[in-house]
Amino acid sequence: MRNILSIYKKELRSYFNSAVAYIVITVFLLIAGWFFSSQFFLMGQATVRTVFAIIPWIFIVFVPAITMRTIAEEKKTGTIELLVTMPTRDLDIVLGKFLAALTLLGIAIAFTLAYALTAGMLGNLDTGATFAGYVGLILLGAAFLAIGLFASSMTENQIVALIIGVVIIFALFILDWVTIFLPGPLASIFEFLSLNYHFNSIARGVIDSRDVIYYLSMTGFALALSVRALESRKW
Amino acid sequence: MISVRNLSKHYDETIAVNDITFEVKQGEILGFLGPNGAGKTTTMKILTCFMPPTAGSVTVDGMDVMDHSLAVRRKIGYLPEQNPLYHDMIVLDYLRFVAELRGIPADQQNARIKRMVEVTGLKAVLGKPIGELSKGYRQRVGLAQAMVHNPEILILDEPTSGLDPNQIVEIRHLIQELGKEKTVILSTHILSEVQATCNRAIIINQGKVVADGSLHDLQAAFHGQEKITLEVKAPKNGCLEKLRALPGAQQVRELTSSNDLRRFQIEVEKGHDLREGVFDLSVREGWKLLELTRQSTSLEDVFRQLTKG
Repeated sequence: MRNILSIYKKELRSYFNSAVAYIVITVFLLIAGWFFSSQFFLMGQATVRTVFAIIPWIFIVFVPAITMRTIAEEKKTGTIELLVTMPTRDLDIVLGKFLAALTLLGIAIAFTLAYALTAGMLGNLDTGATFAGYVGLILLGAAFLAIGLFASSMTENQIVALIIGVVIIFALFILDWVTIFLPGPLASIFEFLSLNYHFNSIARGVIDSRDVIYYLSMTGFALALSVRALESRKW
Repeated sequence: MISVRNLSKHYDETIAVNDITFEVKQGEILGFLGPNGAGKTTTMKILTCFMPPTAGSVTVDGMDVMDHSLAVRRKIGYLPEQNPLYHDMIVLDYLRFVAELRGIPADQQNARIKRMVEVTGLKAVLGKPIGELSKGYRQRVGLAQAMVHNPEILILDEPTSGLDPNQIVEIRHLIQELGKEKTVILSTHILSEVQATCNRAIIINQGKVVADGSLHDLQAAFHGQEKITLEVKAPKNGCLEKLRALPGAQQVRELTSSNDLRRFQIEVEKGHDLREGVFDLSVREGWKLLELTRQSTSLEDVFRQLTKG
Protein backbone atom coordinates (compact mmCIF):
# COMPACT_ATOMS: atom_id res chain seq x y z
CA MET A 1 0.00 0.00 0.00
CA ARG A 2 2.80 2.37 0.94
CA ASN A 3 4.64 1.47 -2.23
CA ILE A 4 1.58 2.18 -4.34
CA LEU A 5 1.37 5.59 -2.71
CA SER A 6 5.07 6.35 -3.30
CA ILE A 7 4.81 5.47 -6.96
CA TYR A 8 1.51 7.31 -7.26
CA LYS A 9 3.02 10.50 -5.84
CA LYS A 10 6.10 10.25 -8.03
CA GLU A 11 4.05 9.69 -11.18
CA LEU A 12 1.63 12.48 -10.43
CA ARG A 13 4.51 14.84 -9.75
CA SER A 14 6.11 13.91 -13.03
CA TYR A 15 2.84 14.66 -14.89
CA PHE A 16 2.62 18.10 -13.34
CA ASN A 17 6.34 18.90 -13.40
CA SER A 18 6.47 18.27 -17.10
CA ALA A 19 4.12 19.86 -19.58
CA VAL A 20 2.14 16.63 -19.99
CA ALA A 21 -0.62 17.40 -17.51
CA TYR A 22 -1.20 20.95 -18.69
CA ILE A 23 -1.21 20.05 -22.36
CA VAL A 24 -3.57 17.14 -21.83
CA ILE A 25 -6.02 19.17 -19.75
CA THR A 26 -5.92 22.24 -21.99
CA VAL A 27 -6.34 20.47 -25.28
CA PHE A 28 -9.01 18.18 -23.85
CA LEU A 29 -11.01 21.13 -22.55
CA LEU A 30 -10.60 23.04 -25.80
CA ILE A 31 -12.00 20.22 -27.88
CA ALA A 32 -14.73 19.26 -25.45
CA GLY A 33 -15.62 22.94 -24.95
CA TRP A 34 -15.90 23.55 -28.65
CA PHE A 35 -18.27 20.64 -29.10
CA PHE A 36 -20.30 21.71 -26.08
CA SER A 37 -20.70 25.37 -27.05
CA SER A 38 -21.26 24.81 -30.74
CA GLN A 39 -24.09 22.35 -30.10
CA PHE A 40 -25.53 23.74 -26.90
CA PHE A 41 -27.09 26.91 -28.28
CA LEU A 42 -28.31 25.24 -31.46
CA MET A 43 -30.27 22.62 -29.58
CA GLY A 44 -31.76 24.99 -27.07
CA GLN A 45 -31.78 22.34 -24.38
CA ALA A 46 -30.11 22.44 -20.99
CA THR A 47 -28.18 19.22 -21.39
CA VAL A 48 -24.61 18.03 -21.50
CA ARG A 49 -25.49 14.91 -23.47
CA THR A 50 -23.57 16.22 -26.47
CA VAL A 51 -20.42 16.51 -24.39
CA PHE A 52 -20.84 13.01 -23.07
CA ALA A 53 -21.28 11.78 -26.61
CA ILE A 54 -18.06 13.34 -27.81
CA ILE A 55 -15.73 12.82 -24.81
CA PRO A 56 -15.27 9.05 -25.34
CA TRP A 57 -14.04 9.82 -28.85
CA ILE A 58 -11.55 12.34 -27.50
CA PHE A 59 -10.47 9.77 -24.92
CA ILE A 60 -9.64 7.22 -27.61
CA VAL A 61 -6.60 9.31 -28.52
CA PHE A 62 -6.05 11.20 -25.30
CA VAL A 63 -5.97 8.40 -22.81
CA PRO A 64 -3.24 6.37 -24.58
CA ALA A 65 -1.34 9.66 -24.89
CA ILE A 66 -1.42 10.00 -21.11
CA THR A 67 -0.34 6.44 -20.48
CA MET A 68 2.10 5.90 -23.35
CA ARG A 69 5.19 6.87 -21.39
CA THR A 70 4.30 5.22 -18.07
CA ILE A 71 6.11 1.93 -18.53
CA ALA A 72 7.60 2.27 -22.02
CA GLU A 73 9.89 5.06 -20.92
CA GLU A 74 11.06 3.17 -17.86
CA LYS A 75 11.94 0.29 -20.12
CA LYS A 76 13.76 2.52 -22.54
CA THR A 77 15.86 4.36 -19.94
CA GLY A 78 16.41 1.23 -17.87
CA THR A 79 14.88 2.67 -14.71
CA ILE A 80 12.47 -0.26 -14.72
CA GLU A 81 15.38 -2.41 -13.59
CA LEU A 82 15.78 -0.30 -10.47
CA LEU A 83 12.07 -0.16 -9.86
CA VAL A 84 11.50 -3.91 -10.03
CA THR A 85 14.56 -4.71 -7.92
CA MET A 86 13.20 -2.56 -5.09
CA PRO A 87 11.13 -4.46 -2.56
CA THR A 88 7.93 -3.66 -4.43
CA ARG A 89 5.57 -6.01 -6.17
CA ASP A 90 5.05 -5.51 -9.88
CA LEU A 91 1.34 -5.07 -9.11
CA ASP A 92 2.14 -2.09 -6.86
CA ILE A 93 4.06 -0.43 -9.67
CA VAL A 94 1.21 -0.89 -12.14
CA LEU A 95 -1.43 0.25 -9.64
CA GLY A 96 0.54 3.33 -8.61
CA LYS A 97 0.94 4.38 -12.20
CA PHE A 98 -2.69 3.61 -13.02
CA LEU A 99 -4.04 5.62 -10.10
CA ALA A 100 -1.83 8.60 -10.96
CA ALA A 101 -3.07 8.58 -14.55
CA LEU A 102 -6.65 8.20 -13.31
CA THR A 103 -6.18 11.24 -11.09
CA LEU A 104 -4.97 13.30 -14.03
CA LEU A 105 -7.91 12.16 -16.11
CA GLY A 106 -10.25 12.84 -13.19
CA ILE A 107 -8.98 16.41 -12.98
CA ALA A 108 -9.53 16.89 -16.71
CA ILE A 109 -13.08 15.49 -16.37
CA ALA A 110 -13.75 17.66 -13.32
CA PHE A 111 -13.10 20.78 -15.38
CA THR A 112 -15.99 19.85 -17.66
CA LEU A 113 -18.29 20.35 -14.69
CA ALA A 114 -18.16 23.97 -15.85
CA TYR A 115 -20.29 22.96 -18.83
CA ALA A 116 -22.80 21.23 -16.61
CA LEU A 117 -22.99 24.27 -14.32
CA THR A 118 -23.44 26.56 -17.33
CA ALA A 119 -26.25 24.38 -18.60
CA GLY A 120 -27.75 24.26 -15.11
CA MET A 121 -27.80 28.04 -14.87
CA LEU A 122 -29.45 28.50 -18.24
CA GLY A 123 -32.10 25.87 -17.90
CA ASN A 124 -33.33 22.81 -16.10
CA LEU A 125 -30.45 20.35 -16.06
CA ASP A 126 -31.25 16.68 -15.62
CA THR A 127 -28.94 16.20 -12.65
CA GLY A 128 -29.53 12.46 -12.45
CA ALA A 129 -28.49 11.83 -16.03
CA THR A 130 -25.55 14.21 -15.69
CA PHE A 131 -24.34 12.44 -12.57
CA ALA A 132 -24.68 9.08 -14.30
CA GLY A 133 -22.81 10.46 -17.27
CA TYR A 134 -19.89 11.46 -15.08
CA VAL A 135 -19.82 8.07 -13.38
CA GLY A 136 -19.82 6.54 -16.86
CA LEU A 137 -16.96 8.77 -17.99
CA ILE A 138 -14.81 7.84 -15.00
CA LEU A 139 -15.50 4.12 -15.51
CA LEU A 140 -14.87 4.34 -19.23
CA GLY A 141 -11.74 6.42 -18.66
CA ALA A 142 -10.43 3.89 -16.13
CA ALA A 143 -10.85 1.06 -18.62
CA PHE A 144 -9.16 3.10 -21.37
CA LEU A 145 -6.28 3.95 -19.02
CA ALA A 146 -5.76 0.35 -18.06
CA ILE A 147 -5.64 -0.66 -21.72
CA GLY A 148 -3.26 2.22 -22.45
CA LEU A 149 -1.04 1.11 -19.58
CA PHE A 150 -1.00 -2.40 -20.97
CA ALA A 151 0.03 -1.04 -24.38
CA SER A 152 2.84 0.88 -22.70
CA SER A 153 4.03 -2.20 -20.87
CA MET A 154 4.49 -4.13 -24.09
CA THR A 155 7.07 -1.91 -25.74
CA GLU A 156 9.84 0.50 -24.94
CA ASN A 157 8.79 2.88 -27.66
CA GLN A 158 6.24 5.49 -26.60
CA ILE A 159 4.90 6.06 -30.09
CA VAL A 160 4.34 2.34 -30.54
CA ALA A 161 2.62 2.31 -27.14
CA LEU A 162 0.35 5.14 -28.26
CA ILE A 163 -0.57 3.41 -31.50
CA ILE A 164 -1.19 0.02 -29.89
CA GLY A 165 -3.30 1.71 -27.23
CA VAL A 166 -5.41 3.65 -29.71
CA VAL A 167 -5.92 0.59 -31.89
CA ILE A 168 -7.01 -1.71 -29.04
CA ILE A 169 -9.31 0.90 -27.51
CA PHE A 170 -10.80 1.88 -30.85
CA ALA A 171 -11.40 -1.76 -31.77
CA LEU A 172 -13.10 -2.48 -28.45
CA PHE A 173 -15.03 0.74 -28.64
CA ILE A 174 -16.65 0.16 -32.03
CA LEU A 175 -17.23 -3.53 -31.45
CA ASP A 176 -21.00 -2.99 -31.31
CA TRP A 177 -21.02 -1.43 -34.78
CA VAL A 178 -20.33 -4.68 -36.50
CA THR A 179 -23.16 -6.52 -34.78
CA ILE A 180 -25.52 -6.07 -37.72
CA PHE A 181 -23.25 -8.31 -39.78
CA LEU A 182 -23.18 -11.07 -37.23
CA PRO A 183 -25.56 -13.87 -36.30
CA GLY A 184 -27.63 -13.31 -33.16
CA PRO A 185 -25.65 -15.00 -30.36
CA LEU A 186 -22.32 -13.69 -31.63
CA ALA A 187 -23.79 -10.22 -32.01
CA SER A 188 -24.83 -10.05 -28.39
CA ILE A 189 -21.37 -11.17 -27.27
CA PHE A 190 -19.76 -8.45 -29.38
CA GLU A 191 -22.24 -5.95 -28.09
CA PHE A 192 -21.50 -6.92 -24.52
CA LEU A 193 -17.74 -6.59 -25.05
CA SER A 194 -18.05 -3.15 -26.60
CA LEU A 195 -16.74 -0.26 -24.53
CA ASN A 196 -19.21 2.04 -26.26
CA TYR A 197 -22.36 0.02 -25.67
CA HIS A 198 -22.04 0.11 -21.90
CA PHE A 199 -21.22 3.79 -21.88
CA ASN A 200 -24.33 4.59 -23.91
CA SER A 201 -26.53 2.81 -21.47
CA ILE A 202 -24.99 4.63 -18.49
CA ALA A 203 -25.13 8.01 -20.27
CA ARG A 204 -28.87 7.54 -20.69
CA GLY A 205 -29.00 7.96 -16.94
CA VAL A 206 -29.24 4.37 -15.81
CA ILE A 207 -26.33 3.09 -13.76
CA ASP A 208 -26.77 -0.62 -14.24
CA SER A 209 -24.58 -2.89 -12.12
CA ARG A 210 -23.83 -4.96 -15.26
CA ASP A 211 -22.23 -1.95 -16.91
CA VAL A 212 -20.28 -1.05 -13.81
CA ILE A 213 -19.05 -4.62 -13.44
CA TYR A 214 -18.14 -4.67 -17.12
CA TYR A 215 -15.91 -1.62 -16.83
CA LEU A 216 -14.35 -2.71 -13.56
CA SER A 217 -13.53 -6.14 -14.92
CA MET A 218 -12.21 -4.67 -18.16
CA THR A 219 -9.96 -2.40 -16.09
CA GLY A 220 -8.86 -5.22 -13.84
CA PHE A 221 -8.17 -7.50 -16.78
CA ALA A 222 -6.05 -4.92 -18.59
CA LEU A 223 -4.12 -4.14 -15.40
CA ALA A 224 -3.49 -7.83 -14.83
CA LEU A 225 -2.17 -8.08 -18.39
CA SER A 226 0.13 -5.12 -17.70
CA VAL A 227 1.53 -6.89 -14.65
CA ARG A 228 2.06 -9.98 -16.76
CA ALA A 229 3.84 -7.94 -19.43
CA LEU A 230 6.05 -6.39 -16.77
CA GLU A 231 6.85 -9.86 -15.52
CA SER A 232 7.74 -10.98 -19.03
CA ARG A 233 11.41 -10.43 -18.21
CA LYS A 234 11.06 -13.53 -16.09
CA TRP A 235 9.77 -15.76 -18.84
CA MET B 1 26.14 -14.78 2.77
CA ILE B 2 25.59 -15.19 -0.97
CA SER B 3 25.78 -18.58 -2.51
CA VAL B 4 25.57 -19.16 -6.24
CA ARG B 5 25.19 -22.76 -7.36
CA ASN B 6 25.44 -24.09 -10.89
CA LEU B 7 23.90 -20.93 -12.21
CA SER B 8 23.07 -20.80 -15.91
CA LYS B 9 21.23 -18.28 -18.00
CA HIS B 10 20.31 -18.71 -21.63
CA TYR B 11 18.90 -16.02 -23.87
CA ASP B 12 17.24 -17.88 -26.70
CA GLU B 13 20.25 -19.43 -28.41
CA THR B 14 23.07 -17.65 -26.62
CA ILE B 15 24.37 -18.89 -23.31
CA ALA B 16 25.21 -15.87 -21.19
CA VAL B 17 26.11 -17.69 -18.00
CA ASN B 18 27.16 -21.29 -18.06
CA ASP B 19 27.11 -23.26 -14.83
CA ILE B 20 28.93 -20.95 -12.44
CA THR B 21 29.32 -21.58 -8.73
CA PHE B 22 30.77 -19.33 -6.08
CA GLU B 23 30.24 -18.08 -2.56
CA VAL B 24 30.60 -14.61 -1.14
CA LYS B 25 31.25 -14.16 2.56
CA GLN B 26 30.12 -11.27 4.67
CA GLY B 27 32.44 -8.28 4.56
CA GLU B 28 34.10 -9.29 1.34
CA ILE B 29 34.66 -6.89 -1.51
CA LEU B 30 34.44 -9.13 -4.51
CA GLY B 31 35.64 -7.97 -7.89
CA PHE B 32 33.75 -9.53 -10.74
CA LEU B 33 36.10 -9.44 -13.68
CA GLY B 34 35.67 -10.38 -17.24
CA PRO B 35 35.80 -9.08 -20.78
CA ASN B 36 32.72 -7.43 -22.23
CA GLY B 37 29.92 -9.92 -22.69
CA ALA B 38 31.40 -12.45 -20.28
CA GLY B 39 28.20 -12.69 -18.23
CA LYS B 40 28.95 -10.29 -15.39
CA THR B 41 25.84 -8.16 -15.81
CA THR B 42 23.61 -11.17 -16.34
CA THR B 43 24.84 -12.73 -13.10
CA MET B 44 24.19 -9.48 -11.26
CA LYS B 45 20.71 -9.20 -12.70
CA ILE B 46 19.93 -12.63 -11.34
CA LEU B 47 21.44 -11.81 -7.93
CA THR B 48 19.23 -8.74 -7.68
CA CYS B 49 16.08 -10.69 -8.60
CA PHE B 50 15.61 -8.80 -11.85
CA MET B 51 15.34 -12.00 -13.78
CA PRO B 52 15.36 -15.67 -12.95
CA PRO B 53 18.12 -18.10 -13.86
CA THR B 54 17.55 -20.75 -16.50
CA ALA B 55 19.07 -23.32 -14.16
CA GLY B 56 20.78 -23.39 -10.80
CA SER B 57 20.06 -21.34 -7.74
CA VAL B 58 21.15 -18.25 -5.88
CA THR B 59 20.58 -17.89 -2.17
CA VAL B 60 21.17 -14.84 -0.03
CA ASP B 61 21.37 -15.56 3.68
CA GLY B 62 19.85 -18.90 2.92
CA MET B 63 16.89 -17.42 1.06
CA ASP B 64 16.37 -18.27 -2.58
CA VAL B 65 16.17 -15.24 -4.88
CA MET B 66 13.13 -16.68 -6.62
CA ASP B 67 11.15 -17.93 -3.65
CA HIS B 68 11.88 -15.07 -1.25
CA SER B 69 12.37 -12.35 -3.79
CA LEU B 70 11.02 -9.48 -1.69
CA ALA B 71 13.04 -10.42 1.39
CA VAL B 72 16.22 -10.75 -0.68
CA ARG B 73 15.61 -7.46 -2.44
CA ARG B 74 15.33 -5.71 0.94
CA LYS B 75 18.89 -6.72 1.77
CA ILE B 76 20.40 -5.54 -1.48
CA GLY B 77 21.42 -2.16 -2.81
CA TYR B 78 21.88 -2.17 -6.55
CA LEU B 79 23.55 0.11 -9.02
CA PRO B 80 22.68 -1.25 -12.46
CA GLU B 81 24.87 -0.94 -15.49
CA GLN B 82 24.48 2.45 -17.21
CA ASN B 83 23.09 3.84 -13.95
CA PRO B 84 19.50 4.51 -15.06
CA LEU B 85 17.88 7.52 -13.40
CA TYR B 86 14.74 9.62 -13.80
CA HIS B 87 16.16 12.65 -15.56
CA ASP B 88 13.19 14.88 -14.87
CA MET B 89 13.36 14.36 -11.12
CA ILE B 90 15.09 16.61 -8.61
CA VAL B 91 17.92 14.80 -6.79
CA LEU B 92 16.32 15.20 -3.37
CA ASP B 93 12.90 14.05 -4.61
CA TYR B 94 14.51 11.04 -6.21
CA LEU B 95 16.37 10.02 -3.06
CA ARG B 96 13.18 10.45 -1.06
CA PHE B 97 11.27 8.32 -3.58
CA VAL B 98 13.85 5.54 -3.32
CA ALA B 99 13.91 5.82 0.48
CA GLU B 100 10.13 5.37 0.55
CA LEU B 101 10.19 2.38 -1.79
CA ARG B 102 13.03 0.88 0.22
CA GLY B 103 10.71 0.94 3.21
CA ILE B 104 12.71 3.28 5.43
CA PRO B 105 10.36 4.51 8.19
CA ALA B 106 9.21 8.08 7.51
CA ASP B 107 10.90 9.51 10.61
CA GLN B 108 14.28 8.10 9.58
CA GLN B 109 14.17 9.04 5.91
CA ASN B 110 15.59 12.52 6.29
CA ALA B 111 18.47 11.33 8.45
CA ARG B 112 19.36 8.56 6.01
CA ILE B 113 19.17 10.86 3.00
CA LYS B 114 21.28 13.43 4.80
CA ARG B 115 23.89 10.82 5.58
CA MET B 116 24.00 9.66 1.95
CA VAL B 117 24.31 13.23 0.71
CA GLU B 118 27.30 13.69 3.02
CA VAL B 119 28.95 10.45 2.00
CA THR B 120 28.52 10.96 -1.73
CA GLY B 121 29.04 14.73 -1.75
CA LEU B 122 25.74 15.61 -3.38
CA LYS B 123 24.94 18.66 -1.31
CA ALA B 124 25.64 21.19 -4.06
CA VAL B 125 23.23 19.58 -6.53
CA LEU B 126 20.35 18.49 -4.27
CA GLY B 127 17.87 20.88 -5.84
CA LYS B 128 18.81 20.21 -9.44
CA PRO B 129 17.06 17.94 -11.91
CA ILE B 130 19.10 14.77 -12.42
CA GLY B 131 19.15 15.33 -16.18
CA GLU B 132 21.22 18.46 -15.71
CA LEU B 133 23.95 16.77 -13.69
CA SER B 134 27.35 15.76 -14.98
CA LYS B 135 28.08 12.09 -15.34
CA GLY B 136 30.14 12.03 -12.16
CA TYR B 137 27.31 13.49 -10.12
CA ARG B 138 24.81 11.10 -11.68
CA GLN B 139 27.02 8.21 -10.67
CA ARG B 140 27.03 9.55 -7.14
CA VAL B 141 23.25 9.79 -7.19
CA GLY B 142 23.21 6.16 -8.32
CA LEU B 143 25.45 5.16 -5.45
CA ALA B 144 23.45 7.19 -2.93
CA GLN B 145 20.33 5.47 -4.22
CA ALA B 146 21.94 2.05 -3.81
CA MET B 147 23.00 2.71 -0.23
CA VAL B 148 20.20 4.81 1.17
CA HIS B 149 18.61 1.94 3.08
CA ASN B 150 21.96 0.82 4.51
CA PRO B 151 21.81 -2.57 2.79
CA GLU B 152 23.89 -5.52 3.89
CA ILE B 153 24.84 -6.27 0.31
CA LEU B 154 25.84 -3.83 -2.37
CA ILE B 155 25.84 -4.92 -5.99
CA LEU B 156 27.53 -2.39 -8.23
CA ASP B 157 27.71 -2.94 -11.96
CA GLU B 158 30.67 -0.95 -13.26
CA PRO B 159 30.47 1.72 -10.58
CA THR B 160 33.24 3.94 -11.96
CA SER B 161 32.45 3.84 -15.66
CA GLY B 162 32.49 7.27 -17.21
CA LEU B 163 34.07 9.04 -14.27
CA ASP B 164 37.17 11.18 -14.42
CA PRO B 165 40.31 9.98 -12.61
CA ASN B 166 39.68 12.07 -9.51
CA GLN B 167 36.14 10.83 -9.20
CA ILE B 168 37.28 7.27 -9.74
CA VAL B 169 39.67 7.56 -6.80
CA GLU B 170 36.87 9.03 -4.67
CA ILE B 171 34.36 6.35 -5.56
CA ARG B 172 36.90 3.58 -4.95
CA HIS B 173 37.69 5.07 -1.60
CA LEU B 174 33.99 5.17 -0.84
CA ILE B 175 33.56 1.54 -1.82
CA GLN B 176 36.47 0.51 0.39
CA GLU B 177 34.97 2.40 3.30
CA LEU B 178 31.65 0.65 2.76
CA GLY B 179 33.32 -2.70 2.38
CA LYS B 180 34.42 -2.60 5.98
CA GLU B 181 30.93 -3.46 7.14
CA LYS B 182 29.10 -4.57 4.01
CA THR B 183 29.40 -7.23 1.42
CA VAL B 184 30.18 -5.65 -1.91
CA ILE B 185 30.17 -7.23 -5.34
CA LEU B 186 31.39 -4.96 -8.07
CA SER B 187 31.84 -5.77 -11.69
CA THR B 188 34.37 -4.18 -13.91
CA HIS B 189 36.61 -4.83 -16.84
CA ILE B 190 39.19 -2.42 -15.45
CA LEU B 191 41.82 -4.44 -13.65
CA SER B 192 43.37 -1.65 -11.65
CA GLU B 193 39.95 -1.14 -10.11
CA VAL B 194 40.00 -4.62 -8.65
CA GLN B 195 43.55 -4.15 -7.45
CA ALA B 196 42.63 -0.89 -5.81
CA THR B 197 39.41 -1.91 -4.08
CA CYS B 198 38.81 -5.62 -3.86
CA ASN B 199 40.13 -8.32 -1.62
CA ARG B 200 38.95 -11.10 -3.84
CA ALA B 201 38.38 -11.51 -7.53
CA ILE B 202 36.39 -13.84 -9.72
CA ILE B 203 37.33 -13.85 -13.36
CA ILE B 204 34.67 -15.06 -15.71
CA ASN B 205 34.93 -15.61 -19.41
CA GLN B 206 32.25 -16.76 -21.82
CA GLY B 207 29.89 -17.44 -18.96
CA LYS B 208 32.28 -19.59 -16.95
CA VAL B 209 34.33 -18.93 -13.85
CA VAL B 210 37.97 -19.26 -14.90
CA ALA B 211 39.59 -18.08 -11.69
CA ASP B 212 38.44 -17.38 -8.15
CA GLY B 213 40.57 -16.31 -5.23
CA SER B 214 42.26 -13.49 -3.38
CA LEU B 215 44.33 -11.19 -5.54
CA HIS B 216 47.46 -12.58 -3.96
CA ASP B 217 46.44 -16.17 -4.67
CA LEU B 218 45.54 -15.41 -8.23
CA GLN B 219 48.86 -13.81 -8.91
CA ALA B 220 50.70 -16.58 -7.13
CA ALA B 221 48.85 -19.26 -9.05
CA PHE B 222 50.06 -17.84 -12.29
CA HIS B 223 53.55 -17.28 -11.07
CA GLY B 224 56.56 -18.44 -13.04
CA GLN B 225 55.96 -15.79 -15.56
CA GLU B 226 58.39 -13.47 -13.83
CA LYS B 227 60.33 -11.24 -16.12
CA ILE B 228 63.44 -9.12 -15.79
CA THR B 229 64.08 -6.11 -17.93
CA LEU B 230 67.59 -4.69 -18.05
CA GLU B 231 69.38 -2.00 -19.88
CA VAL B 232 73.15 -2.13 -20.22
CA LYS B 233 75.90 -0.21 -21.89
CA ALA B 234 77.89 -3.01 -23.48
CA PRO B 235 79.67 -3.97 -26.66
CA LYS B 236 77.53 -5.56 -29.30
CA ASN B 237 78.82 -9.08 -29.34
CA GLY B 238 78.21 -11.82 -26.90
CA CYS B 239 75.64 -10.19 -24.60
CA LEU B 240 72.78 -12.38 -25.60
CA GLU B 241 74.72 -15.61 -25.25
CA LYS B 242 76.12 -14.68 -21.88
CA LEU B 243 72.70 -13.78 -20.56
CA ARG B 244 71.26 -17.02 -21.88
CA ALA B 245 73.94 -18.90 -20.03
CA LEU B 246 72.74 -17.58 -16.68
CA PRO B 247 71.15 -20.30 -14.56
CA GLY B 248 67.38 -19.80 -14.43
CA ALA B 249 67.10 -17.74 -17.58
CA GLN B 250 64.49 -19.33 -19.83
CA GLN B 251 64.23 -16.98 -22.70
CA VAL B 252 66.20 -13.87 -23.50
CA ARG B 253 65.06 -11.31 -25.99
CA GLU B 254 66.79 -8.21 -27.12
CA LEU B 255 64.20 -5.45 -27.06
CA THR B 256 66.14 -2.51 -28.45
CA SER B 257 69.71 -1.67 -29.21
CA SER B 258 71.19 1.60 -30.25
CA ASN B 259 74.94 2.23 -30.42
CA ASP B 260 76.08 0.53 -27.25
CA LEU B 261 72.81 0.75 -25.29
CA ARG B 262 70.82 -2.46 -25.21
CA ARG B 263 67.63 -3.56 -23.52
CA PHE B 264 66.92 -7.17 -22.79
CA GLN B 265 63.97 -9.02 -21.41
CA ILE B 266 64.57 -12.27 -19.64
CA GLU B 267 61.84 -14.72 -18.69
CA VAL B 268 62.83 -16.32 -15.45
CA GLU B 269 62.28 -19.89 -14.40
CA LYS B 270 60.06 -20.37 -11.36
CA GLY B 271 61.86 -19.98 -8.05
CA HIS B 272 64.92 -18.19 -9.37
CA ASP B 273 65.90 -14.64 -8.70
CA LEU B 274 68.11 -13.60 -11.54
CA ARG B 275 68.90 -10.08 -10.50
CA GLU B 276 72.00 -10.91 -8.56
CA GLY B 277 73.31 -13.05 -11.40
CA VAL B 278 72.76 -10.27 -13.88
CA PHE B 279 74.57 -7.83 -11.67
CA ASP B 280 77.57 -10.13 -11.16
CA LEU B 281 77.72 -10.82 -14.89
CA SER B 282 77.76 -7.14 -15.67
CA VAL B 283 80.56 -6.54 -13.21
CA ARG B 284 82.59 -9.42 -14.64
CA GLU B 285 82.13 -8.29 -18.22
CA GLY B 286 82.56 -4.63 -17.47
CA TRP B 287 79.03 -3.71 -18.67
CA LYS B 288 77.46 -0.64 -17.22
CA LEU B 289 74.12 -1.64 -15.78
CA LEU B 290 71.70 1.25 -16.25
CA GLU B 291 68.41 -0.36 -15.38
CA LEU B 292 67.27 -3.57 -13.79
CA THR B 293 63.62 -4.23 -13.01
CA ARG B 294 61.71 -7.30 -12.03
CA GLN B 295 58.07 -7.66 -13.07
CA SER B 296 56.06 -10.24 -11.29
CA THR B 297 52.92 -11.45 -13.02
CA SER B 298 50.36 -8.69 -12.89
CA LEU B 299 46.67 -9.30 -12.59
CA GLU B 300 46.57 -8.05 -16.12
CA ASP B 301 48.71 -10.96 -17.29
CA VAL B 302 46.54 -13.40 -15.40
CA PHE B 303 43.45 -11.88 -16.90
CA ARG B 304 44.77 -11.90 -20.43
CA GLN B 305 45.96 -15.45 -20.13
CA LEU B 306 42.61 -16.64 -18.88
CA THR B 307 40.31 -14.77 -21.17
CA LYS B 308 42.00 -14.60 -24.52
CA GLY B 309 40.95 -16.81 -27.38
